[in-house]
Amino acid sequence: MSLSTTLTWLVVIGVFLLTIKPLGNYMAKVFTFQPTVLDKPFGWLENLIFRAIGVSRASNMTAKQYAFAFLGTNLLWAVLAYTALRIQNVLPFNPMHVGPINPLLAFNTATSFTTNTNWQAYSGENTMSYFSQFGVLSYLQFVTPAAGGAVGIAVVRALSGRQLGNFFVDVTLVCTRLLLPLAIIVTMILVGQGVPETLAPYLNVHTLAGQTQVVPRGPIASWEAIEHLGQNGGGYTNANSASPLENPSAMSNIVQTISMGLLPVAFFYFFGAMTGRRRLAWTLTGVAGSIFLIMLALTYFPEAAGNPVINALGLATHGNMVGKEVRFGMGGTSIFETSTMAFTTGSVASAHDSFLPLSSLSFFIGMFLNMVFGGKGVGFLNMIMFVIITIFLMGLMVGRTPEFLGKKIETREVTLASVAFLLHPLLILLGTAVAVHSPSGLQGILNPGPHGLSEIIYGFSSAAANNGSAFGGLGAALPFYEVALGVVVVIGRYASIMAMLLIGQSMLRKKTVPESSGTMRTDTVLFGGILFGSIFVLNALTFFPIMALGPIAEQYLMIAHHLF
Amino acid sequence: MKRGTKGDEHMLKSLRPMVGVTVLLWLLVGLGYPMVMTAVSNLTLPWQSQGSPVYVHGRLAGAAHVGQNFEPARGYFWGRPSATVSLTTGKPQPYNAVNSAPSNLGPTNAALIAHIKQRIAYLRRTTPGLKTGEIPASLVESSGSGLDPDVTVSAALLQVPRVALATGLSRTFLTRLVQANTLPPDWGVFGRSRINVLELNIALYKALHG
Repeated sequence: MSLSTTLTWLVVIGVFLLTIKPLGNYMAKVFTFQPTVLDKPFGWLENLIFRAIGVSRASNMTAKQYAFAFLGTNLLWAVLAYTALRIQNVLPFNPMHVGPINPLLAFNTATSFTTNTNWQAYSGENTMSYFSQFGVLSYLQFVTPAAGGAVGIAVVRALSGRQLGNFFVDVTLVCTRLLLPLAIIVTMILVGQGVPETLAPYLNVHTLAGQTQVVPRGPIASWEAIEHLGQNGGGYTNANSASPLENPSAMSNIVQTISMGLLPVAFFYFFGAMTGRRRLAWTLTGVAGSIFLIMLALTYFPEAAGNPVINALGLATHGNMVGKEVRFGMGGTSIFETSTMAFTTGSVASAHDSFLPLSSLSFFIGMFLNMVFGGKGVGFLNMIMFVIITIFLMGLMVGRTPEFLGKKIETREVTLASVAFLLHPLLILLGTAVAVHSPSGLQGILNPGPHGLSEIIYGFSSAAANNGSAFGGLGAALPFYEVALGVVVVIGRYASIMAMLLIGQSMLRKKTVPESSGTMRTDTVLFGGILFGSIFVLNALTFFPIMALGPIAEQYLMIAHHLF
Repeated sequence: MKRGTKGDEHMLKSLRPMVGVTVLLWLLVGLGYPMVMTAVSNLTLPWQSQGSPVYVHGRLAGAAHVGQNFEPARGYFWGRPSATVSLTTGKPQPYNAVNSAPSNLGPTNAALIAHIKQRIAYLRRTTPGLKTGEIPASLVESSGSGLDPDVTVSAALLQVPRVALATGLSRTFLTRLVQANTLPPDWGVFGRSRINVLELNIALYKALHG
């Protein structure tokens, strides 16, 4: 491992470690309506919004009302986005005169961006008008992570014994107090690094070699900032953050990586600050953090060692550079990709399809678990789901009533958590099964052999986990995938969020049981270990068979120099 | 159950905040944010905001961060292989910036290995005295965007014999030109030292044409 790689990793992880506590405490202040420094610049604006929509800052909703507000607003966004994409040719800010989006692609894009998946079956630079980019898609990259975060905040409030709060207030505050201030800073840093931010049309270049080249521009920096801060991951261009227009330097790469993780990591501490159980927050952070490190190592080392088939050609360097960019270095690329899979961002700084089988296993782990910090709020809810299942399993083993946060865990919570847990593999495995059994599904494969199966599994995992990255060889623009993945993103997003919201509500209603010496402690290293173990066992049981047919089979074939 | 008015009322009551929050947040983060950021960026960092355009003799010769296809000319340094295709025909069109894309070829795809072998052969054919063992992997493996502006230092140096032959410039001069155009890692440590091929070729162009 080079010095550059080590330092890049240390900077990124160091920033997470330094910001988790202050940012988590700050979030706790904002969402319990205590005064913060941003009251002055944003308070009046929020008051204006709250007055106009007729809700008061401190009002509360029941879980049902909260869910209804969340779903209704999401539906409205999807319909508006669909409409705007269909008629982008007549809307303003279209200097390149691109035409309207066809119905299937508009459906796929509207659902994918509304669910914060940001799966893209199109190439932004030649499909979308400037208005669709910033007025529709970039806008959704603000409000949809805000909506997901709001639900996470509501559940944390419930777990801490507070009322759920008001969805509309929370969405607004996530935008004004977290996303917007950070996005302003990140945009300016990225412009400084060379990311364009303009409304002028594309550049017409006459190259020295006597050719012409059209270079896209647009409000790209402001897009990149929110793409990463909101764990969205929709690229402005097709190559996403591998494109030098979106990610021009090793520094911009580090800034984008940090942007992805800031809020999801801090959300874990936010939970600790809200419930007053900071040790528990650190335990959960430790579990997610150690999986993050495992994923990082699993991404980096195989890539650095390179593809044995290519190494046999006798080139000067090993190290897999297929689909990677020179400027980030192997260390920068691997921490970006680990982060995008852990925080379910889904933007990519290299071509995931061209990663070696073992490295791609790391990507799959990120999407299967969906709680290695995850998207802010949503990832934390998945972690709580695993905590509840683990506590239940522990309770079974020692024959004691399971408790969490001083409340008894009973049938209802365990049922809801199990539904949320099982739904995820169901969507992935069922989706993959349908795809490999239908000619139109198989038609989408680019790479033959086990890698082709991996492409399909990746597509459905990415949709179910609302990640949005792809094994780009898969023909995502085929009608089969536009529809199938569009449906999976919707179920994957809403069903588990609803289940967690109901768990929150049901925990809130329970009486607190005083802790005694007989209470199973959850804020210890021991519990962290058991949690880690049960996450590993549950997911290995679920996903190992299909991984054996995909990446693991390919790994052995690659070692044997078997090509397809 | 009859269709009660209570449900309808509930619907109507929640419609106002739904529409309201959508419209007002759109004004703030959908419209206001990109507009203000565009204005501020163009005032403070106009060159970068406009896409870092580079002019040679008053003509727009490129965007500083976007790679170009120099392969039609042997007298220029070449970048990495690019897998981008034409938007209209779907045929290979390297460094097509409006259709950025990687090859997406997987590690056990025979097409990937064939492509790399072909690249090695092509480089060896065009560059006098080049051995396979001198070629870094990045110069024969296509990039993530198809627009990678950079090559490694060794990837530029190994092209010196070819460029010298085509331009008539001395190898020593070209080697010095490559060294002078080597970019250090960001802040001295992040990323890696590399060469922006466009920048190097502009320096080469100026050495030839003044």
